Amino acid sequence: MDLIESYKEDLRLIRRFGTGFWIVLLLIGLILLPWFAREYWVYVVTLIFIYSIGIQGQNILIGYTGQISFGQAGFLAIGAFTYGHLSLLGSPILVNLFFSGLMAGIFGILVGFPSLRLKGPYLAIVTLGFGIAVYQVFVNSEILSGGRMGLTIQKLQPLFGLSQMTTYYYFNFILVFLFTLLSYNLISSFVGRAFIAIRDNDIAAEAMGVSLTRYKLLSFAISSFYTGVQGGLYALLMGYLEPNMFTFLETITIFVAVIIGGLASVEGSILGAAFVVMVPQVFSNTKAFIPVIYGVTILIILIFEPLGLSGRWMKIRLYLRMWPFR
Amino acid sequence: MPLLEIKDISISFGGIMALSGISLQVQEEKIIAVIGPNGSGKTTLFNCLTGIYHPNEGEIHLNGENILRLSPDAIAELGIARTFQNLRLFMNMNVLDNLLVGRHLHFRKNPLLPMLRIRKEEILHRKIIEEIIDFLDLQAYRKARVADCPYGVQKRVELGRALALEPKLLLLDEPISGLTSEEKEEAAYRINEIRGRFQMTILLVEHDLRIASRLADSMVAFYYGQKIAQGTPEEVQRNPEVIRAYLGDD
Repeated sequence: MDLIESYKEDLRLIRRFGTGFWIVLLLIGLILLPWFAREYWVYVVTLIFIYSIGIQGQNILIGYTGQISFGQAGFLAIGAFTYGHLSLLGSPILVNLFFSGLMAGIFGILVGFPSLRLKGPYLAIVTLGFGIAVYQVFVNSEILSGGRMGLTIQKLQPLFGLSQMTTYYYFNFILVFLFTLLSYNLISSFVGRAFIAIRDNDIAAEAMGVSLTRYKLLSFAISSFYTGVQGGLYALLMGYLEPNMFTFLETITIFVAVIIGGLASVEGSILGAAFVVMVPQVFSNTKAFIPVIYGVTILIILIFEPLGLSGRWMKIRLYLRMWPFR
Repeated sequence: MPLLEIKDISISFGGIMALSGISLQVQEEKIIAVIGPNGSGKTTLFNCLTGIYHPNEGEIHLNGENILRLSPDAIAELGIARTFQNLRLFMNMNVLDNLLVGRHLHFRKNPLLPMLRIRKEEILHRKIIEEIIDFLDLQAYRKARVADCPYGVQKRVELGRALALEPKLLLLDEPISGLTSEEKEEAAYRINEIRGRFQMTILLVEHDLRIASRLADSMVAFYYGQKIAQGTPEEVQRNPEVIRAYLGDD
């Protein structure tokens, strides 16, 4: 047991020296990765970065606030197409990203209103309807989706003499680093506590003065902001957009990542993102089997490790810390 | 002026009158015990006071302000905190976080502070929570997940969470049920101490009449949604209607 001498010490993000050491090592590893990995792997890790932003957001909503949502594809599409149209107007990348998050966040609040009345499976069905509706709107509206050709988006210019892929890698690395810090900070503050209180016992939370209206909508807004930014970054990486990139399968992918990574865990979201990005890459010649793999993994995870990958990771850490005792 | 004034509230669920025409005045810094057989409407009264149910008719005034149509969080903000009969804790949080949720109302809710991890305010509230932890003897359980704590500890955490709100009126729904006799004595001592130390008014539902009558300044008896007796604990317990409600005719 460590001796904690002040409240300030107790509220630090990284409490143990060991944890800090491993995190620094991991960050250095990630920074050096493009220098010795093949470009293909740099691309895969960049994709993991992009996904892990949105999945952290959805974990705040599903894992921490306990509001089951299936509208992720809708928010992704809104974020991505907002990015696309703004970039056609020629505004700078960071501004575009902010507005794609903001637009998705506004729609998140709209979708959040039913959550004030509905719980569990009923809310899931409402949000599912939203996701499908957004997809249909984009498919049927040529002004929004850019018609058959889709939208072509200007890609990131290579900076500082790096290759284009490496520039993407570092750009997304910085963003995911900031978003991860933001998630940790939010979750450990009064906002995060209000979210968890609503999940664990909404009646008690309300009796303690946590406004359900405000915090449920806030949770929807934050999670959709994250997902909208993911959509924007995805658009930037791909360089083109069409509605078929945001089918229901995308919703399933993000939902699977949240469950497999571990509900209510920021690290878990990143592990979950790594899982859903790697599976299609590894099984690229048997694409039809990917939903099967997702389904089977969810079954296995829910039966043997309900806490997901992050729960398993915590148990391994505990085992190593206790070793050779058990 | 009384702190809490209930005028003729009635509420019915379908054909059942859960409360009919209840009036009650609660003076400041008093402990009032509410007794009655099961299903007589004691918890329904608490749910009406905290905004979980909205009475069909009547008025409820807290410090002269009508709180009848307010939502539970608005009522909590005006200064009513409660505990629940069947514990309603945040089971996956640790004891400390549960108590800090009780401080939620007292945070200045500037969204930039949590995002940038500026935790000055949090430290301030931690100090207040530590006093409550000392008062309730929860030091050993500070970082334990509530679901893993024994029942007696969970009861104290729930009491502490309500205390953390610093309410004017504290509603305790069976605060000593299910405890060992030793814990009951401690809890009774603490309830009395809360009134003295934190200057709170306490409304308390309790089935253990021995402890309830020792604690309470006055007592109210309910039976099938109606108030059948009010007065000092001795008066209420000698009231023939109350005896009939508990023991039946003859």
